[in-house]
Amino acid sequence: MSDWITLAVAFSYLAILFLIAAWGDRRAETGRSVINSPLVYTLSIAVYCTAWTFYGSVGRATDSGPSFLLIYLGPTLAMLLGWVMIRKMVRIARAQRITSIADFISARYGKSGQLAALVTLIAVVAIMPYIALQLKAITISHAVLTEYPYSGADVANKSFWMDKSFWVALVLGVFTILFGTRHLDASERHEGMVAAIAFESVIKLVAFLTLGFFVVFWLYNGPLDLLSQAAEHPNLINSMGLDAVPGGAVGWVGTLVLATLAFITLPRQFQVLVVENVDEAHLKRASWIFPLYLIAINLFVIPIAFAGVLLGGAAQEPDSFVLTLPLSAGLETLPLIVFIGGLAAATGMVIVETIALSTMISNHLVMPVLLRWKWLHLDPSRNLSGWLLGIRRIAILLILLLGYLYHALIGESYSLVTIGLVSFAAAAQFAPSLLLGLYWRGANSRGATLGLIGGFLVWAHTLLIPGFAQSGWLSMSLIEAGPWGIEWLKPYALFGLEGWDIYTHAIFWSLLVNLGLLAGISLFSRQNSLEQTQAALFTEGLRPDVMQTPLWLGQTTRGELYQLLNRYLGQASTQRVFRKFGDTQNPTADNEQIAPPDLISQAEQALTGALGSASARVLINSVVRGEALDLEAVLSILDTTSQTLEYNKRLEQKSAELVRIGEELRSANERLRELDRLKDEFVAMVSHELRTPLTSIRAFAEILRDSPTVEPEKQAHFLGVIVKESERLSRLIEEILDLARLESGRMRLNPERLDFKQLTQDSADAITQLYQERQVSLEVDLPETQAWVVADPDRLQQVVINLLDNARKFADSSNPQVKLKLQTWKKHWRLSVEDNGPGIAEEEREKVFEKFHQIQQQHGQGHDKSRPKGSGLGLPISRGIIAHLGGRLWVEGPQELTGARLIIELPKAPEEESSEAPATSQN
Amino acid sequence: MKKPVNQARLIGLTLLAGLLFTPPLLLLFDRPSASGISWLPVYVFAVWLGVIGLAAWLLEGSKDE
Repeated sequence: MSDWITLAVAFSYLAILFLIAAWGDRRAETGRSVINSPLVYTLSIAVYCTAWTFYGSVGRATDSGPSFLLIYLGPTLAMLLGWVMIRKMVRIARAQRITSIADFISARYGKSGQLAALVTLIAVVAIMPYIALQLKAITISHAVLTEYPYSGADVANKSFWMDKSFWVALVLGVFTILFGTRHLDASERHEGMVAAIAFESVIKLVAFLTLGFFVVFWLYNGPLDLLSQAAEHPNLINSMGLDAVPGGAVGWVGTLVLATLAFITLPRQFQVLVVENVDEAHLKRASWIFPLYLIAINLFVIPIAFAGVLLGGAAQEPDSFVLTLPLSAGLETLPLIVFIGGLAAATGMVIVETIALSTMISNHLVMPVLLRWKWLHLDPSRNLSGWLLGIRRIAILLILLLGYLYHALIGESYSLVTIGLVSFAAAAQFAPSLLLGLYWRGANSRGATLGLIGGFLVWAHTLLIPGFAQSGWLSMSLIEAGPWGIEWLKPYALFGLEGWDIYTHAIFWSLLVNLGLLAGISLFSRQNSLEQTQAALFTEGLRPDVMQTPLWLGQTTRGELYQLLNRYLGQASTQRVFRKFGDTQNPTADNEQIAPPDLISQAEQALTGALGSASARVLINSVVRGEALDLEAVLSILDTTSQTLEYNKRLEQKSAELVRIGEELRSANERLRELDRLKDEFVAMVSHELRTPLTSIRAFAEILRDSPTVEPEKQAHFLGVIVKESERLSRLIEEILDLARLESGRMRLNPERLDFKQLTQDSADAITQLYQERQVSLEVDLPETQAWVVADPDRLQQVVINLLDNARKFADSSNPQVKLKLQTWKKHWRLSVEDNGPGIAEEEREKVFEKFHQIQQQHGQGHDKSRPKGSGLGLPISRGIIAHLGGRLWVEGPQELTGARLIIELPKAPEEESSEAPATSQN
Repeated sequence: MKKPVNQARLIGLTLLAGLLFTPPLLLLFDRPSASGISWLPVYVFAVWLGVIGLAAWLLEGSKDE
């Protein structure tokens, strides 16, 4: 393919990026942000998929089977925790105006400048090769595209102005300067840049999917065809098992851990995930759409790798299968699309990584040095904000230049995958201090610093330096015999740990040292007070009340503060800060008013956004006099709030308990009142019942005494009444005594084996007279067999007659009917007595077994004549007796008639053989 | 009514995904299919998709805070 067409397309593509970024920035200025959507946020996170994914995944799938998937499974795991963990980071970063991962770690450990510089240095060393890798991918892909079949020989010998990736790097530098350093405040979002990155993510996905469809459905007849052909190829048959993965199962787990950690700690990922996040709610959707993006971009990797291997020699290097497959088929447009996709993947990464690194370098390496130079302080009116942007721009150019040099000098000796994983392992060194710092308040600055240094040194020893040896710059004896011939220091088998793949080996030792130092030293050393506060603010980051506390207690004038801000931020930003605090007229340098604490906090935050937290703190301390920060107060507020929350929770529990107890007491009280009322009524009732017969006995007795002349028949009648009334009286007393015995448990029963059927029949016979008097019809339904139970015959008969008598009283007055039925029910006999009276309402059914309850019965029913007579003791006594006999007595709704149905249930007696037993069993 | 995101469920899902993506469960599916090529990639993609589905269900069914 001709060179100028490719160049024209490539640079047109870059021009489109400029247009999109400019459009995004203009929209942001007019307040109609294009990146305020979860989808754009997700696509910007997809900057994770670099040229390494685009070209390298297929290469890795060819060489080491399914292990390429791990690079994307790790981020999936990390994103699943996005709502829990990354949201916390976003919120803290927003509250503290944090601009990079170096700033974040430094702010967590007491705004330590040293720590920030250390993180920056590690990041530069780790990421530089990664940037070089992207440029290398551009060079090689361009060479493959234009010179297919590409020999690979002449690229290294070309001068740099012939190398397209040099010019691409230059264009990217211009782009990054234009859209990455528009504001001094690096914590402000780069809207245009993010829009362009999101666009690039779409382009690379579309390009890769297009190629995938081409391979599967154009070169082959669908996935099954490709699969069956691959199965016949000797190299492919075993290529997708765990055996093909370097290090096997251990290597698999190690790489998964590596990718999970690196996804969060790579500076560009921190930039898009945390710094460029518009709204933390976007994380929710991104948490599952981003993994979906990863699946989509990996779907065709294995088919393309298979197709490449099947193609044989024409496919050349596995890293360029994506280009050589369409090229070997003689196509022109598709290879160009793929090339643009790869370009998008590479440029997106370079842009974001450069912005992140340049911010870190200017804020944490250059600025601290400049702040210490005295001459900067000589002229207080001098505006340094222009300087800051200048430093950042120079840093961008330097990073790209260094990246290019790295690529030009040593890039040839590494394959794409190797560089990527080495960078990942270095970035993963940030994970312990970052993640542990988010959740463990005790982690301190000294531990973090030494942990980082230790981890970094182990990483260099186990991955970086042996890599140099493999490139041929150092003797291979370093790897084979160990440095200085010391066996146990062999970089790929430290302390004799052999058989693991080099990445798992390196990540294990480096993280072990890193975590061990961080945790160990933190446990045995102290935090200073600023560290304590910051640690508390970070670990409590998701609590809504935490960040709003005004912290400053020291004093300074508005004028001094104005001067400071003006010098470092420029006039416009300074006035914005002051206007928030009610300065209507323009603030001036000679305002002698005391600055409120909120204003000082605001000023520190504004400086943090531009310079990083460590430098901002140094500057604020230079003008604020007296106690700078009320740390004790912050800590106590944090602690008090958590204590108060705890107390509140306990109080709530207590009061809920009290409410419940009060409720119980009230109902118990009501019950007592009810019982008291019943007792009073009982006493009244008993007195009344006792007095009625007594009155008539006395009246007739007086007549007999005072009138000796009464006729003998009348005399006999009077005496008859007296006898009847006396019987009634003694019956009543007998009932009361029964009740008293039942309640005190002194009721004596003589249980024996008896036939319930016979007893029922006897009872019915005994009461026939009464029934006939009132013309009540009694239907008796008895079983054919005998119904053996163990009971006291007299008492049981008393109960049955009582129930029959009650039923007679309650039965309907016009056509009274009562039904008596004995039947078997499981292991019991049940005798039911049913009438056709008005019945008993459901809520009344238990109450009828209360003593004297009958007093209230049938109130409001017109026919008081039919109001039953009786003491109201019959049913309670009956129930007591049945309960003593081991049975139950209760009321149910009508079954065959319309009124109430009372049921006696008694257990069946044991079989005949043990007929002697019941008497003893009762004792 | 939608509830806030249940963080414990998300953490549980992450642990589950971690378990499914690593040996020994992974080894159960590292077996050759009829064609002779291992089931492993198919298993990984299937679990991957399932986990994403569950995550979407957990996250989208909750209200914004």
